[in-house]
Amino acid sequence: MTETETETVTTATTPTPHAEYPMARATGCPFDPPPALREQRDGGPISRVRLWDGSAPWLITRHDQVRALLGDPRISADPSRPGYPHRDAGAKARAGTRQTFITMDDPGHARLRRMVTAPFAIKKVEAMRPAIQRIVDDLLDTMLAAPGPVDLVEAFALPLPSLVICELLGVPYEKHDFFQKHTKVLVRRNGDPQEVIAASEALIDYLEDLLTDKLAEPGDDILSDLATKRVATGELTAREAAEMGSLLLAAGHETTANMIALGTVALLQHPDQLALLRDGDDPKEIAAAVEELLRYLTIVHFGRLRVAVEDIEIGGVTLRAGDGVICAADIANRDPELFPDPDRLDLTRDARRHIAFGFGVHQCLGQPLARVELQVVYSTLYRRIPTLALATGVDQLRFKHDGVIYGVYELPVTW
Amino acid sequence: MRVKVDQPKCVASGQCVLAAPAVFDQDDDGIVQVLVDRPEAVHHEDVRESVAVCPAAAIWLEEE
Ligand code: SF4
Repeated sequence: MTETETETVTTATTPTPHAEYPMARATGCPFDPPPALREQRDGGPISRVRLWDGSAPWLITRHDQVRALLGDPRISADPSRPGYPHRDAGAKARAGTRQTFITMDDPGHARLRRMVTAPFAIKKVEAMRPAIQRIVDDLLDTMLAAPGPVDLVEAFALPLPSLVICELLGVPYEKHDFFQKHTKVLVRRNGDPQEVIAASEALIDYLEDLLTDKLAEPGDDILSDLATKRVATGELTAREAAEMGSLLLAAGHETTANMIALGTVALLQHPDQLALLRDGDDPKEIAAAVEELLRYLTIVHFGRLRVAVEDIEIGGVTLRAGDGVICAADIANRDPELFPDPDRLDLTRDARRHIAFGFGVHQCLGQPLARVELQVVYSTLYRRIPTLALATGVDQLRFKHDGVIYGVYELPVTW
Repeated sequence: MRVKVDQPKCVASGQCVLAAPAVFDQDDDGIVQVLVDRPEAVHHEDVRESVAVCPAAAIWLEEE
């Protein structure tokens, strides 16, 4: 596989005792975290890894320790702090150019995040379930009317979350080519720094214009809310509000879309598990199945990046103030202490304590929405298309090894 | 069992409501609200799950 090449960072001039991060997955198994990551977890106390730029942050792999650190106020998510472990040159170049709540610490983080929490409350999201079901049904109608094979990513996995987040934000879906193009640049690793900044700016510029329009003519959506309640009052600048909008737009697209497509690959490889979703109709069981798929796939596979702001004792070592920290949720979600036989996809297990959405104050804001979207998708797709099958071998699929979010670039299917 | 919450800490993830809907709700901004602070025994396990999954340590219990 060519993907492994992008995983390897050349450090010929700096010989090092540390393992390089990220590590490559085993050839042949697209779902399991890299074997070297597991060795790191099983190999004893917390240790350091080496990143592309030669820096050596700590790698945290145990579930309890990842949770403890992500919930620790002595850890910062601010990439402009010295010692922060940047995932690549593009991310480093972007650090500090654009501050949204995701890269801020409390109290600034809490103040900004609360401005956009309302639409993601459980009851509000539950009220959207019928509309989400309708979108799913419509997309599948269109897909089924086409002659196969069809790319499930383009026909279904991406348009669904895209339509939903556009509706919530008040962004015209007709522009999806434009913002999908730019979001793609933002979630790819090792992109050209100039290109990353340009994509980020293009999105923010676009949303800033849209916000200005909404100020004059508000609708019932998040951008209108930000425009009329925050920008008009001077609480936020139009730029800051646009930055928040672009964060939600990007996050809403890439995560759910990849869960749908990668989840489908995983289920097709586990027909007994797929049958549970196809034949069952208990909403509780479907909800549990979604949690297990979230745990098993943990698509945010680069790890959550932090920097210690004070000395922290954990797992027999002392992280010093200024040390970078990578919290590897993917391997933590395979921790046998918490999830017996962790490498087995078992839709009937209780996986609620997974940390696929992260942990601590930065835990995913959109998770209630993601859950409902995935519940509707997984309980509809295989029932409506019981003969769904890959139109190509699994080994032919292009997996997103070079992404921040894991998934497949295309998913050709037939039925 | 007595349920306590610290609303300023809450990040509106909704995890508590999913785990123990009989005990927790959210206000208009998604911030946690306690419906019954002394839940009946049948809900105790769900409440403990809420405490375990709350990402912000905004919920805790006082056993009495
Ligand atoms: S689980 Fe915690 S952070 Fe999430 S809504 Fe409940 S109290 Fe708030």
